[in-house]
Amino acid sequence: MKTKILLVLALLLPLMAIANEGVKLERAPIDPNNQASLQRGAKTFVNYCLNCHSAAYMRYNRLQDIGLTDEQIKSNLMFAGEKVGDTMTVSMPKADAKAWFGVTPPDLSVEARARGADWLYSYLRGFYRDDTRPTGWNNVVYEKVAMPHVLWSLQGEQILKIDEKTDTHHLVLEKQGAMTPAEYDATIADLVNYLVFMAEPFKERDKNLGLLVLAFLGLMFVLTYYLKKEFWKDIH
Amino acid sequence: MAKNNQQDSKNLIDWVDARFPLSSNLKAHVTEYYAPKNFNFWYFFGALATLILVLQILTGIFLTMNYKPDAALAFASVEYIMRDVSWGRLIRYMHSTGASMFFVVIYLHMFRGLMYGSYKTPRELIWLFGVGIFLVLMGEAFFGYLLPWGQMSYWGAQVIINLFTSIPFIGPDISLWLRGDYTVSDATLNRFFAFHVIALPLVLLGLVVSHLIALHEVGSNNPDGVEIKKHKDPKTHIPLDGIPFHPYYTVKDLMGVSVFLIVFSAIIFFAPEMGGYFLEANNFIPADPLKTPAHIAPVWYFTPYYSILRAVPPIFNSQFPGVAAMGLSVVIFAFLPWLDRSPVRSIRYRGSLYKKWLAAFVLSFIVLGYLGTEPSNVWGQFASSTPLIGGADRATIVARFFSLVYFSFFALMPWYTKKDKTKPVPERVTA
Amino acid sequence: MANQEVDQSKRKFLIAATSVAGGVAAAAVAVPFVTSMLPSERAKAAGAPVEAEISKIEPGSMITVEWRGKPVWIVNRSQAMLDALASHDDKLSDPKLEVISQQPDYCVNPSRAIKPNIMVLVGICTHLGCSPSPKLQTGGDMGADWTGGFFCPCHGSKFDLAGRVFSGSPAPINLVVPPHKYISDSVVLIGADDKGVA
Repeated sequence: MKTKILLVLALLLPLMAIANEGVKLERAPIDPNNQASLQRGAKTFVNYCLNCHSAAYMRYNRLQDIGLTDEQIKSNLMFAGEKVGDTMTVSMPKADAKAWFGVTPPDLSVEARARGADWLYSYLRGFYRDDTRPTGWNNVVYEKVAMPHVLWSLQGEQILKIDEKTDTHHLVLEKQGAMTPAEYDATIADLVNYLVFMAEPFKERDKNLGLLVLAFLGLMFVLTYYLKKEFWKDIH
Repeated sequence: MAKNNQQDSKNLIDWVDARFPLSSNLKAHVTEYYAPKNFNFWYFFGALATLILVLQILTGIFLTMNYKPDAALAFASVEYIMRDVSWGRLIRYMHSTGASMFFVVIYLHMFRGLMYGSYKTPRELIWLFGVGIFLVLMGEAFFGYLLPWGQMSYWGAQVIINLFTSIPFIGPDISLWLRGDYTVSDATLNRFFAFHVIALPLVLLGLVVSHLIALHEVGSNNPDGVEIKKHKDPKTHIPLDGIPFHPYYTVKDLMGVSVFLIVFSAIIFFAPEMGGYFLEANNFIPADPLKTPAHIAPVWYFTPYYSILRAVPPIFNSQFPGVAAMGLSVVIFAFLPWLDRSPVRSIRYRGSLYKKWLAAFVLSFIVLGYLGTEPSNVWGQFASSTPLIGGADRATIVARFFSLVYFSFFALMPWYTKKDKTKPVPERVTA
Repeated sequence: MANQEVDQSKRKFLIAATSVAGGVAAAAVAVPFVTSMLPSERAKAAGAPVEAEISKIEPGSMITVEWRGKPVWIVNRSQAMLDALASHDDKLSDPKLEVISQQPDYCVNPSRAIKPNIMVLVGICTHLGCSPSPKLQTGGDMGADWTGGFFCPCHGSKFDLAGRVFSGSPAPINLVVPPHKYISDSVVLIGADDKGVA
């Protein structure tokens, strides 16, 4: 078929392969200091994830840390008229969610610390068409996942190809979505970057303090070293 | 003026001394406590353990101000501390890093005792109090680990409590009693909180004070293992090889503290999870009684004993031998003073036999520790054609071998320490 | 001996330097512990300014809204009530509002309000923190000369309808007017004014 764009991502090939002992994860190309990326990720998060998943420990005004003002947060990222001090909750009742998906979508506040950035990056790029599943989707990283491919309209549809000779699998993009694979990967990288930030919002900021503390303790060591040396001159 | 001030402070001290033995205690335990002058690197860890104890108590107090020991609220309250409480994250990381560093320091402190025979006469009680501290510390760590109410907290507690079930006859009742419910639940969390924040800390403080009183009664050992009290100045009765703890060891320990704090802060600010060894990834998922994580392992400081537990095969379908072996592997330290028959204390004057056994013990401790963090199929299986062990997990067989070494270090000690050729011990400490 | 002199001064310097550095370290370590006891982000979010609809308050009546866990009264004073305010200055402890901390400067006026009829007050007695009872009408159980105000049941402090304390009450200063501003004619925002969030 002509519409079938066989886009075998060379990068994906070895890494997405499911060997018997599990899936190899691809390294998430994220930069916690890239505020533009974090802001794009936050936007994707509130638009696509926050409909079903809460981030109940994350306050909207914490987004000040990625360079947004309260006004920007309010007008670009909040839709239900909450206050900026509120946490990122969802209005979908948990019981409904359970009825629709079979499981309650987990809270994503600290998901990045539980799963790791690489897992999230591989997972969000690992959906493929599978008609045996109730949602019509399956995932190479998380087999029989209950979550449908929410970003389907952006990525398009992937299918799983099995190479019987080497007993490896790889994903093939069958129908491209609104984004090219490179654009989609970049979007996911931003999203994962944001998820990592959200899991520990103060991490990067605290590292600067950490350097200061270490520098001070270094000075403290020099002082105590000479103090000890001075006193121990007495001992023969 | 200066003279007046001095006079005033002297009057104040006299006033207190008439009512409370302040100066005499300071003298006995600080300014005129004579410690051997030849302490080396290994003698930092007692002071560091004290520092960590203080830090744990301080950070613990501030954590309880915001933590909620309630199964429905505990996980969220920890994240509340991590995000909403000003600097709560720093206090929490100090506490979680402190827990692991406590064990690092205590293990090194114990190793020092093994090297220099610090448990031998007349220091048996110091050693026994120390073993008590170690046991209570393990309890503290175990109870405390449930409190974040993550998946590892939950399933770790579940597994450990279920170990008691294997005790013949009374086991199941003991487990039920410990949990206060048919599964690990809110009741369990609430009582573990009580044990963690008040019961065990009180016991711990009592033991630490006893440990120090006993130490100051008999005096410190040293890397040469010679008794400095044997040679005293005939006039002053001060040991010739002793120096006052203050200022000499206070300034030296201050230097050690600086180095320790550099390591400690580096972990807190840059790697609080320590690659999953200090804070496990699965513990960022709230406890779910219906779903066990794929791989559960205790925190690193418990893994040597956990490895021993797994290594012992069930006998008559009972897990009890494994549980008993694990318990013994910890308690056995208490018997050291009576297992060691060597006439000398320090490794410096022991023969090669003890050195080899100690090295084998340390190696098995490390290998067992590593294996305890991994699933038992981590190294795959032996080929099914291998005699005797065909098809068995390689890691299990290795763990069995090193468990045997671990116990042999203690069990054979009366024999090899007696047989060992020792070197003559000097009269005075060496420089 | 001369050698020892030099050693002593070096020793003193090192002791002093280490002590100073240790003091700085101790103070720095105290900061996170002390600040951890301040209101958390959650408390701050819960204590954010609140909006109150005032168009439905009848003249001579009041509503109570919660701001930072404290009752805030919004009284719509009738013309008669406003007129009565000027009549008893001699019985008040601080009729001229000299204690500046008890109200924002835009409320230092005879009615202690932005809109003369709308009185916004923190409903907490300045004595020991009880919440006084509104006694808005004249007379009644408060006696014949009562011109309307608030009475604290704990220790008997009396306040007029501008929250000013009557002399002889245990309360030392007038009831506090919180920072507030009008978002529209009918909506008042409590806890924030043009200077920012309180």
